[in-house]
Order: sequence, then C-alpha cells, then structure tokens
Amino acid sequence: MANRFSFLLLAGLMFLCTAVLGQDTATRVIDGATQQQNTETGPVNEFFRSNSKIYVAVGLLVIIFICLVLYLVRLDRRLTRLEKE
Amino acid sequence: MAVVLLLYVIIGGFLIKVPSIGNNQQAARSIFFHLPMWMSMYTLFSISVVNSIWYLSTNDLRRDIRASSAASVGVLFGVMGFLTGMLWSTYTWGGTIVNDPKQMTTAIALAIYMAYLVLRLSFTDLDKRARVSAIFNVFAFALLIPLTYIIPRMVESLHPGSASSPGFSSQDTAGTIKMVLWPAFIGWTLLGIWIYTLRNRYKRLELKNILHG
Repeated sequence: MANRFSFLLLAGLMFLCTAVLGQDTATRVIDGATQQQNTETGPVNEFFRSNSKIYVAVGLLVIIFICLVLYLVRLDRRLTRLEKE
Repeated sequence: MAVVLLLYVIIGGFLIKVPSIGNNQQAARSIFFHLPMWMSMYTLFSISVVNSIWYLSTNDLRRDIRASSAASVGVLFGVMGFLTGMLWSTYTWGGTIVNDPKQMTTAIALAIYMAYLVLRLSFTDLDKRARVSAIFNVFAFALLIPLTYIIPRMVESLHPGSASSPGFSSQDTAGTIKMVLWPAFIGWTLLGIWIYTLRNRYKRLELKNILHG
C-alpha cells in the first residue's frame, strides 16, 4: 500500500514537473487569451459553455467532491486494516 | 458549523447575482470554490510548519504526526485547487495549463510538498524521519510563500493577484460576492481542519504502541 502510494505521488510529481517545464513567457498568455478564445468544439466543450458557462462552476464542485471522497475512502480503508490487526 | 457554512456557500454561490465580466460569465461563481481551496491549503501548511518547529524544540513525536497530517490534507486541498483552476481556465483563458506564472509556481510549491510526503516514506527510523522531515517542512514553507504569493505579484499575468491585475481587495470585489466568499473561506477551512484531525487521530492510533509504550 505504501509503495503504491509513493508511486502515485512520484507520478504526480513528474506530471507537475513536465507541466512546469513546458511553459513559455507570461506575456504570451495574455496575448493568447485576449486575442483568441478557446474555440474548440465538441460535445463536452459545448456543454460547458452552454447556459453562460454555469456548468464550469458545477464541474469545479464535482472535482472537489470527488477528490474529498477519494481521500476519505483511502483513510477509511487504512482504518479498517488497522482495526483488523 | 462547517457543514452549515458550506451549504450556505453552495446554495448562495449559485443563486446570487454576480457581475458578468468579459468571457468569465457565470463561471465567475467558481470563485466560491476555487479560492477557498488555497486559503484552506495555506492554513493547513501553517499548522504543519508550526508543529514541525514545535517538534524540533520538544522532540515530541505527536507533533510530528500532526505536521505530517496537516501537510497531507494541505496537499489534497492544493491538488483540488489546481484541478479546479485547470477546469476554470480551460473555458475562460483558453487552455488547461497556460503560461500563467501563478499556475507554474504553484505547481512547483505543490511538488515540493509532495516531495515532503515521499521523503517521509523513505525512513524506517521514526525519530530520524521526524527530525529530517521537520527541517524539510520548514524550508518548504519558506519557499511556499514567495512562490505562490510574492513572485506572481511581481509579474504580468491574467490571474488575479498579479502585477497587472490586483486581486481580491476592497475596491474591485462586488459586495454580493464578498457576502458569500468570506463564509466560504471559513467553511472550507473548517472542513480541511476536520479532515486533518481525522487523519491525525488515525496516525496516532497507528503509532499508539510507540507513543505510549
């Protein structure tokens, strides 16, 4: 369990590092975001943009809920294992 | 208390009128969920570093357990803040991970704290683990503040709270937003502290024989 956990952490670490290293300057962001919008189409993008983008806020709440539940389930499992000993 | 406040935040956050500016539109309501994540994370990391320093001065292992629990839950809230920011920016800035300095430096700060958790796993000796990770934690916290707070304020960015767009302050935040935002800070932080105490109690149970034996 501990090994699997540390592997996950390392994977997350590497993901973050690649995310950081693949960056450019900050001014580019401003140019990019002000001049061209995210205009990708597709059902998912259309859904999030419908109703004045309200589903973005809903999606945020869903992400938070999923993360909290995952963390609590993991804690629950470890507690159960401790009880059995 | 936390549950009542969060209910108010979730219901109020979707019902009140928010100013619709630019392409943010109704997604601006995300502020009630994205921003408190970071407030909660700062609170938990502060708890963690205080306990680490406390451990270094008393050599009490229970302080070390408190520090590790707070850091663990702090990373959880940091990751949630990062993921929610990614979703939000996808539909307002036009990219999941953009070249925003705050996003980059936060990724580095989170990586440092993840390294803290990995470092903890690499020791078998409890006292050694506690001492080394406490020192690491102090350095991590010393890096966290400049990385996530000071550097982003000095460079240009779209993100509120940078040189070109001063964020959350008395002038540029609408009153209705603040009415929900402050309870949101308190509510999410209390939730974070509650999860931290749960994890802390579990860890103490796990090490019961060592702590009292």
